[in-house]
Amino acid sequence: MSRASMSEAGAVATPLRRRGLSPPVILLVGSIALYVGVALFTGQSMMLHLDGIVGLLQRMVGLGLVAVGQTFAILAGSIDLSVANLISVAAVLASFIMQGRPEMMAPAVAAVLAISAAVGVINGALISRLQVNPLIATLGVGLFLQGILSASFTNFAGSVPKEFQAVAYGTISFAPFSVIGLFVLALLGWLLLRATKFGAHLYAVGGNAEGARLAGIRTDFVMMGAHALCSVCAGLTGLYLASRLRSGAPWVGRDGVYDLESIAVVVIGGTVLAGGRGGVWGTLAGVLLFAVLDASFNMLGVSAYPKLVLRGAIVIAAVAVYTVRSKELAA
Amino acid sequence: MTLALKDDVHRPALMRRINFAVVVFLVFYLVIGLLQPAYLEPAGIMNFLRRAAPLAILAAGQVFVLVSGGFDLSVGSLVTLTVIGGSMLTANDPSNTGWAIGVLYGIGLAVGLINGAVVAYLRTPSIIATLGALLAINGVAMTWCGGSPRGYLPENFRMFGRFVFHDVPLVKIFPLAILVFAVVAALAWWGLHGTVFGRRVFAVGDNPRAAELAGVHVDRVRLGVFVISALAAVTAGILLGGFGGVSVDVGVGLELQAIAACVVGGVQLMGGRGTVVGAIAGALIMTALFTLLTLLGWPQPLKDTAQGLMLIIAVALGAWRRRRTG
Repeated sequence: MSRASMSEAGAVATPLRRRGLSPPVILLVGSIALYVGVALFTGQSMMLHLDGIVGLLQRMVGLGLVAVGQTFAILAGSIDLSVANLISVAAVLASFIMQGRPEMMAPAVAAVLAISAAVGVINGALISRLQVNPLIATLGVGLFLQGILSASFTNFAGSVPKEFQAVAYGTISFAPFSVIGLFVLALLGWLLLRATKFGAHLYAVGGNAEGARLAGIRTDFVMMGAHALCSVCAGLTGLYLASRLRSGAPWVGRDGVYDLESIAVVVIGGTVLAGGRGGVWGTLAGVLLFAVLDASFNMLGVSAYPKLVLRGAIVIAAVAVYTVRSKELAA
Repeated sequence: MTLALKDDVHRPALMRRINFAVVVFLVFYLVIGLLQPAYLEPAGIMNFLRRAAPLAILAAGQVFVLVSGGFDLSVGSLVTLTVIGGSMLTANDPSNTGWAIGVLYGIGLAVGLINGAVVAYLRTPSIIATLGALLAINGVAMTWCGGSPRGYLPENFRMFGRFVFHDVPLVKIFPLAILVFAVVAALAWWGLHGTVFGRRVFAVGDNPRAAELAGVHVDRVRLGVFVISALAAVTAGILLGGFGGVSVDVGVGLELQAIAACVVGGVQLMGGRGTVVGAIAGALIMTALFTLLTLLGWPQPLKDTAQGLMLIIAVALGAWRRRRTG
């Protein structure tokens, strides 16, 4: 895992890598230590048994799926603020099309993925063709989607059939489908970045868009591709939420703060916000850290609001760990 | 020397863009006036400006951070904290208002310094730093009030948002909020376009490394812009506390609206270009848009849709103009 992430971190050597530690490894070790420490400290050793650990991994799925997608957008030097709204659209659309009928599962999933991909292509086109700043482009698209969704639906719409609930609740012996799905997605993402031309181009565009363009890379296609992947991953999170909640409501994405949290875990996972450096395993480790924090706060009995304060402080601290040694000026 | 040169180069382009935002606002407002003539009367104009004041004040603060090359996403949560903190500190006793407002500005100063210090010294990108601050400040506000604030602030606290001078010549009524708005706008305009500090903000946003080599204390400029933005947020919060009751969602989404207002007003993200006049014109455009959609009877959610479309169009047009004019 560590070798993989180190080689995918691109050609430029970062100070951390010269010290032989990659962000994913530090995070992984730190998260596990925190989890075990808190579990032992509070005497809740059942959290260390298989059930507790599977529960912990299950916490990762919703944020993990969209965060893997966000990694592509950020690697390309872009960012996607529309994911939370797209997640709501996906969840509502899925349960609205299904209306509890198993035979509508395939059309619903196909429709959600197609719409997600289209939203991603639009995001990418606005950014690369019309030169709209990515924050504004995706914020605008997100507001657009949310407005139409909230004007059309005001509550839980439709429902998903029993068969579809297996996405969130089904298991193969002890491993939930959803957790397996998350790791398969991460593996595919890693392969895409590491073993394909598209992956190489993605790093090139994120590292230096103008240089990549002069080298003959169609930067606009790469940007649209990265955003299409990002949006499809957000669509997957929407499908997962619809399955878990048994229906979709127009606020599920916003309530989960998936836009800001997915960006936070990607950056915590060592992907540089400016693009061109990082990878999906780091992101997954960042997601694990968030899941561990959630679980630890629960074990320690921290109430909901102080939890928010801690979360905010930890986001800053975790990113500052990387940035404080950098010589570059931040803005 | 180089700074003066840069300004001369950009001045023509800037003037065009400012006029553009102001012109767009006037067109919007005229359409509103045609639909509802009351808006063209002095009282209607004054009420419109009063409602636009908080967003305009936030935009006037945000423009400093944007021009310096950063973002301040924490202002919405700081507005919420100001309103909730105000109600907790005053505890319904009007005699507490004076020092409570002092404490609130102290909190704003602290938030600005923390944001600035995290960006300047920990070198954390401001999107992440102020995003963390947003989460944390919301948490503080909710913890402070126990999660369920209610009621209203004391009447003398609400005065800033509610009080109206009557029988004023020419305009008949003159809300105190517009006076606050005018003072903040003048201070911001002077700060960004009339002081050495303002010049440094542009220099840092244009090219931080060059500014540093030219002897600008980049870190201090960063602290300064985040403090200005935070103080503007407290001011906007005090006005909004007068507009309505105490709730946990007074400030929700305001940070994005403030950034959107600046962008619509021609402020360039990632720094180096923008004006206070543009930012305020942008805030007026946004308020006019919301007013227009209300008059047209659009449901609330579709206002988000319109806001999104307008953002994209404004920035795409700006990028197109830059490409055309070079």
